[in-house]
Amino acid sequence: MEEVDVEPSTTLIPSAGFHRKHLGFEWGPGDLLVYETNYKLQGPRSAGSPFVHIVRRDEDICSPILRKLFNESHLIFVGLQKIKEDIPSKNKKSQFVSISKNYRSVIRACMEELQQNAADRVFVLFSVSTQNAGSLLLHLLDWVRLHKSDVDARAREVLQSDSPAQHQSYWDVVISLVLQGRTDEARQVLSKQASLREESSSVFKSMDGLLQTMPIFNPTGTQTLTEFEVKWRHWHEECDRCLQENTFASNRHLETICKILVGDEDTLLEQKELLSTWYHFLVTRLLFTHPTIKPPDLHYYAQSSMNMFLGPRASPEPLDIILLSAFEFDLHQVIKDCSIALNNWWFVAHLTDLLDHCKLLQSHNLHFGSNLREFLVLEYASGLFTHHSLWQLAVDYFDHCPEFGRVYLELQIERVPLDTERKAIKVLRICEDRQMSEQVRSICKIMAKRALRNNRLGSALSWSIRAKDAAFATLISERFLQDYSNKGSFTDLDLLDNLGPAMLLSDRLTFLGKYREFHRLYGEKRFSEAARLLLSLMTAKIAPRSLWMTLLTDALPLLEQKEVIFSVDQTYELMSCLEELNSGTKDSNLTDQDEDIESTKTELLRLALARNLTMAIVKEGTIET
Amino acid sequence: MFVAKSIAADHKDLIHDVSYDFHGRRMATCSSDQSVKVWDKGDDGEWHCTASWKTHSGSVWRVTWAHPEFGQVLASCSFDRTAAVWEEIVGESNDKQRGQSHWIKRTTLVDSRTSVTDVKFAPKHMGLMLTTCSADGVVRIYEAPDVMNLSQWSLQHEISCKLSCSCISWNPSSSRAHPPMIAVGSDDSNVTYSGKVQIYEYNENTRKYAKAETLMTVTDPVHDIAFAPNLGRSFHVLAIATKDVRIFKLIPMRRESANSSGPTKFEVQVMAQFDSHNSQVWRVSWNITSTLLASSGDDGCVRLWKANYMDNWKCTGILRGDGSPVNGSGHAAALSAVGVPAAAQMVVGAASAGRKKAQLMPG
Repeated sequence: MEEVDVEPSTTLIPSAGFHRKHLGFEWGPGDLLVYETNYKLQGPRSAGSPFVHIVRRDEDICSPILRKLFNESHLIFVGLQKIKEDIPSKNKKSQFVSISKNYRSVIRACMEELQQNAADRVFVLFSVSTQNAGSLLLHLLDWVRLHKSDVDARAREVLQSDSPAQHQSYWDVVISLVLQGRTDEARQVLSKQASLREESSSVFKSMDGLLQTMPIFNPTGTQTLTEFEVKWRHWHEECDRCLQENTFASNRHLETICKILVGDEDTLLEQKELLSTWYHFLVTRLLFTHPTIKPPDLHYYAQSSMNMFLGPRASPEPLDIILLSAFEFDLHQVIKDCSIALNNWWFVAHLTDLLDHCKLLQSHNLHFGSNLREFLVLEYASGLFTHHSLWQLAVDYFDHCPEFGRVYLELQIERVPLDTERKAIKVLRICEDRQMSEQVRSICKIMAKRALRNNRLGSALSWSIRAKDAAFATLISERFLQDYSNKGSFTDLDLLDNLGPAMLLSDRLTFLGKYREFHRLYGEKRFSEAARLLLSLMTAKIAPRSLWMTLLTDALPLLEQKEVIFSVDQTYELMSCLEELNSGTKDSNLTDQDEDIESTKTELLRLALARNLTMAIVKEGTIET
Repeated sequence: MFVAKSIAADHKDLIHDVSYDFHGRRMATCSSDQSVKVWDKGDDGEWHCTASWKTHSGSVWRVTWAHPEFGQVLASCSFDRTAAVWEEIVGESNDKQRGQSHWIKRTTLVDSRTSVTDVKFAPKHMGLMLTTCSADGVVRIYEAPDVMNLSQWSLQHEISCKLSCSCISWNPSSSRAHPPMIAVGSDDSNVTYSGKVQIYEYNENTRKYAKAETLMTVTDPVHDIAFAPNLGRSFHVLAIATKDVRIFKLIPMRRESANSSGPTKFEVQVMAQFDSHNSQVWRVSWNITSTLLASSGDDGCVRLWKANYMDNWKCTGILRGDGSPVNGSGHAAALSAVGVPAAAQMVVGAASAGRKKAQLMPG
């Protein structure tokens, strides 16, 4: 069958194209930006239209109805993926059919707004395809009845009116019911007529008789198909006899109904308005001519029914062709046609996924080794990703695309706007759960950078640690230290006090953490511990040279305590640190004033250290009595 | 498709480029009015202009965002032969209240002797690198070694293409399977050098870029070029805007010996060719998953192209101006504001091809 060729739709951009300029564009998340421009700058100059237009696809996934559809079908999808391989196929089949039903009910819940009628019909045909002869027609009738719900409404209206038989829609209702094979209900409505006109009651009785005796196949019954066929032919002949004998000549409506029962094509075609679609015509035609139709024979009747109904001039719509393919149970064709004709990927993706699970789909092997189902699910999920909350559903879909799901997810999850810390953490968790380390690093880096820009050092530091970004952690630690030397106090104490092993990410960060610890110890008056830590910062080379002076200056209050804190050995070490510092090349950038300050500090320290040394020697030399 | 929203961009002259930031929450526009505007999408979904400033002394051709890992950074290029890097600084609190932000120039790149026709950041895994191409036929790759100091940029590579360059595109793939790769398109009408698309590849050993491939079948001027995002494919896909839309498949060929130096050899195939625009095609661009290609042509249309699962390409949508004139004040205001620079920029003679060379220097 030829592929459906749908002409691309044209969307007009307002206030553009007057001077025959060009249209510039830029891809956005879920939309396209379009603006008038001129790539040649030849021709008349004018400001043109300085507008930027945002263009979106027709199906607005922001609509709450669609959101509901996506949310609920997501649950069904995930459930389907979980159906285990080792369940016996009989149970699996029923599970799949029930899943198909679930999809259908979800669709139906959104049907009016969605106009996904085609989708629903194809899902039904899916479950229909698992039927045998005999029951096939029953399912088709079911299907038609679902989609002609207006008949019920009209029937109700007629029956509830004061005199139903006089209602203008009376006969339409009766005929519609007959066309749908709802003989009992047709009889019920007919009885309203019969009770009025006694003289014609025999005619109505005859019709009632025909309708009552129309055989309906019972798949669960004991009757075989052959037995049913015999009975049906008998009944068919009876109807035909009534026509030949002009039983209903006195009432043209009854005559019409009898012709319908006999399956007269011309009469059926006359009911075009009531049938409204060619597939209804098809089902009715089968009902009254071939009730035991088998699935493989269906498409012959489908094609001819469509041609007869549409007539020579009308050309089928894309959706008609899709349905024809569906009647052929040519699933590939259906999917192909749907992909092109239906804009929304929802239907195609979910149907294909279901078919794939049933192993009904012998997938083509695509050039990059994936299969059709995955292609469609990826398309669908990518569309979801642009939505501010539905993107989370998309993650599950990608998870179940073994070939390309991961790389698609990696690419798209990076683009989720990190509006708030909470959202960023949500995105991060998804990446961390899947060991997407590069994406984790990148997201954390973006958050760290943003925090740093806004001078939120604590937040920047946490994000750097999470990103395992040593270089950035170093940078932020330096900022902290700068802040400290400017303000004399630390910010984000909670964070700094609880760094734990994360401290080891970078040397500067380790120093920052330990330095803060020193201050804490000092604040808690745990002087000897503080002293030991301070010294180790220098001797273990954790502290950068540039900060040694600061550290030594921090030692001063400890040196000036009444009791001796630094031991002799420790004091010697401090002294050698001081000398090491002074023996290094002088910083030529220092001003004279700065140099003075530096030398004064050094002198102060030397003095304090010397005094401490003498006191320490005395203390250690004294025997406690 | 439908027009969901129209934003009055308020530029006093033609807009030449519009660029979304990485997350699609900010937008930058640049214009012949020599300015760049930055727009932010608020929580209400509305776009607000948060900055507008003069960036160059000539038409600004392109504007592009750096990856947000590097902060809020923009680059612009202009007819005035320069490219510039801009960084947003966190403003005073009253600025924030007014919803305004400030962008300051971090550096001006003045190496080009002619109009700078394109500016692009390299993929982020290469660090903070900026690339420009000019009508003087040179592609320049700059690097900021210290990402915290955006005023220091060094010119790392100068690639001489021998043809006037109109566009560049980096292969976005960060896979270690292939080295950095950049494609350069030329709108030169020179017939001696017939291949108008050149592909350069970085060599780890020589630490230089070497030409890997010239697409000899592309003989007409090329106006735009775009590598498709690589989604786990072993080959590269490149779209070209020339007298039609062309999509090439570049399949890296296996090296004969493990030690062979020199750039990768490619097998080049044409994946698709569309001449529906029936005229020159000026822009091509891929969507994020490389499932859709958009092109803009002389026919005043934007067309969307899509491949189905059998790799058959079809046009799935067309955008076109409705031909109605701009109404209201826009027109009148523009005429008065345009003034001398625009008059000087009026094209003299239709002989010169290409927008960038045809413009005269503003007064």
